[in-house]
Amino acid sequence: METALTYAGYAAAVWLFLIGLYGVVKARHLVNLCLSLTVVQSSTYVLLTIIGFRPGLPAPIYTDGLLPGSAAVDPIVQALMLTDVVVEATVIALLLAIIIKVHRDARTADPDRVDMMRG
Amino acid sequence: MPLAPLPIIVPLTVAAVLIIAGKHLHRRILDSVAIATSATVVVLTIILTTQSAGGVIVYWFGDWLPLSPSHFPIGICLAIDPIGAALASLAAMLVLAAFTFSWSYFKSVGALYHVLMLVFLAAMCALSLTGDLFDMFVWLEVMTAAGVALCGYKSEQSQSLQGALNFAVINTIGAFLSLTGVALLYSATGTLNLAQAGRILATAHFSERFVTVAFLFVIAGFLVKSATFPFHFWLADAHAVAPTPVCILFSGIMVELGIYAVARIYWIVFAPGGQPSPETIRWVFLIMGSLTAVTGALYCFGQRHLKRMLAFSTISHVGLMLIGFALLNSRALGGMALYLAGHGLIKAGLFIAAGILLHRFGSMDEYDLGQSARHLAPIGFLMALGAWGLAGLPPFATFFGQLRIDQVGGEQHLWWLRAVTIFAEALTAGAVFRFTARVFFGFGHGKSMLTRGAPHLHTDVETSGQHSRVPAFMWAPMAVLILGAALIAVPLRGPADRFSKTFETASVYDAAVLNLKTPPAGPEPYQRPSPAHRASDWWIPLAVALVAFGSVWGALFPKSRESAFAEPVRAGLSKSLFVLRKFQSGRVGDYVAWFAFGIAAYGGMLLLLH
Repeated sequence: METALTYAGYAAAVWLFLIGLYGVVKARHLVNLCLSLTVVQSSTYVLLTIIGFRPGLPAPIYTDGLLPGSAAVDPIVQALMLTDVVVEATVIALLLAIIIKVHRDARTADPDRVDMMRG
Repeated sequence: MPLAPLPIIVPLTVAAVLIIAGKHLHRRILDSVAIATSATVVVLTIILTTQSAGGVIVYWFGDWLPLSPSHFPIGICLAIDPIGAALASLAAMLVLAAFTFSWSYFKSVGALYHVLMLVFLAAMCALSLTGDLFDMFVWLEVMTAAGVALCGYKSEQSQSLQGALNFAVINTIGAFLSLTGVALLYSATGTLNLAQAGRILATAHFSERFVTVAFLFVIAGFLVKSATFPFHFWLADAHAVAPTPVCILFSGIMVELGIYAVARIYWIVFAPGGQPSPETIRWVFLIMGSLTAVTGALYCFGQRHLKRMLAFSTISHVGLMLIGFALLNSRALGGMALYLAGHGLIKAGLFIAAGILLHRFGSMDEYDLGQSARHLAPIGFLMALGAWGLAGLPPFATFFGQLRIDQVGGEQHLWWLRAVTIFAEALTAGAVFRFTARVFFGFGHGKSMLTRGAPHLHTDVETSGQHSRVPAFMWAPMAVLILGAALIAVPLRGPADRFSKTFETASVYDAAVLNLKTPPAGPEPYQRPSPAHRASDWWIPLAVALVAFGSVWGALFPKSRESAFAEPVRAGLSKSLFVLRKFQSGRVGDYVAWFAFGIAAYGGMLLLLH
């Protein structure tokens, strides 16, 4: 059962990465593109969580009867995930701000219709 | 208080203070504080460089150091070697130059510009000093965030925003793949410390396929940052629209830090275990570097907008630096380090020239400017000197760097590398020579056919104040940077050779970081083959100069009798450029598709070539 869960986790991470990438490539609206980017990001969350997962072990919160030093799931990957959330929140906020400016200037948020420099 | 974390803490603290107090401060005070801060970081990093020459400096944050070699390091450390510290000082010098350039002339809103530049500086220093894999990812992303904000900060034009948007999206996706790689590596080794991960990969047995995939993923974000083909499209879009002081940092150091991170990760984490095999790495990176160098040079020659031209030239030179890494030889790596320093200073100087043209004439377009800058001959002379350096001609640091790379390439019987070198250096330098000759010295009849189809961009003036003269705050840093690239060359040759050997030797780095009891003997210095077996490469700069001169002549006088001989060459170049221009579509979706294709292609090569 637990092994199946682990494999499902890895599969979900790969799926989220690819479908998010597809969304970024095919997006017809810049906000849509931005959201696809967060889907790609979710794949790293799933991957990090599943790497720290230990079958049958509790969360590493040593208060409710859980003795310090006893086995628990890996807290480091969860710390990595939180850092990742913070950093990416900044980038996504910046992107959304840029998109609002693009829309104000070009009157459209379709990446194919915004005036582009080419070549 | 130890010195090691200060290059990161000082700019971050000043940035935090400025973001609160900046609103009430006069512009001149903001500029002075920013200049003083970056000058402090220059001094700090130079001290760290000299100190680390005696051995790798290790600093554990919060004193969480491993108790004994058998203990696992759970803390986060800085591990400072001379090459990393020298890169940090190059970053600080360029930030200092950028702040000097923008002294009271650059239009800025409040203190935001200064704050973002200082955060950018802290991130660059941290990336070059850290010894922790996850930290590398975090600082890579902080660089992206600060860089995007600086890039799209100037104007409300959609073109300028497009540059920032493409920059953010493609770099973020690259960083996600890096994070995936870091997670995979952590799942196998249980550590994020570079040295510890390298030791575990060397002793435990993991499947080669798994380690190769982890390697590719980890470096993906840094390859995007360093604008390797086919991940390079964002760089030109971002440069064309970013303010001049920001371009100085993008081209001068940010892109190069991507290569540094790839080299650091390879030599400390993956080289000790021998997976992926050195032979595979050599070929994949030689292909990667050559493709980047050749396409970048073609694009570069086909531009009429100066900043965009310089951006493509950076891509081409990144390719040459990747070749220096790919040879997996300490002499070539030392050559790459010299080349990186020389190129960073020259490119920063050339971008200041672009800023001066924009300040004086409100344009950076070769044909719009026409011959209008004829009375600015001293600037034109400096710019031609910079182009001379880009061509890898003596006495610039790029010459000594390129010579080392070519010599090692010759020793390894990779003769075709010289063709790549000559093509890339001649065309990138030729483009800048052409621009200088036309705009500053009034040469040329008619437009070059290779620039047909190049985007004709309008750029907003970014400076306030008088536009009738060039202030010393603009031309002085340009002169210092370009002349500096020549002056550092000879004194830095010895240290570059010596410390690149240290850089490549994981055992010394590991011993310092993990506090191993018996430090292994220092690395053997690289033995050059006897003179009879040395490849003689002194003719390459001559060939570069000749080809560059030919290209400039053909571009300036397309109807002359001499140019008629070169017609087949020009037709070939035009056709390749016609195809390449289609790829540079400006659509971020296309760039992401190229990213997926590039990762798949390089991954396939890494897995199949071994």
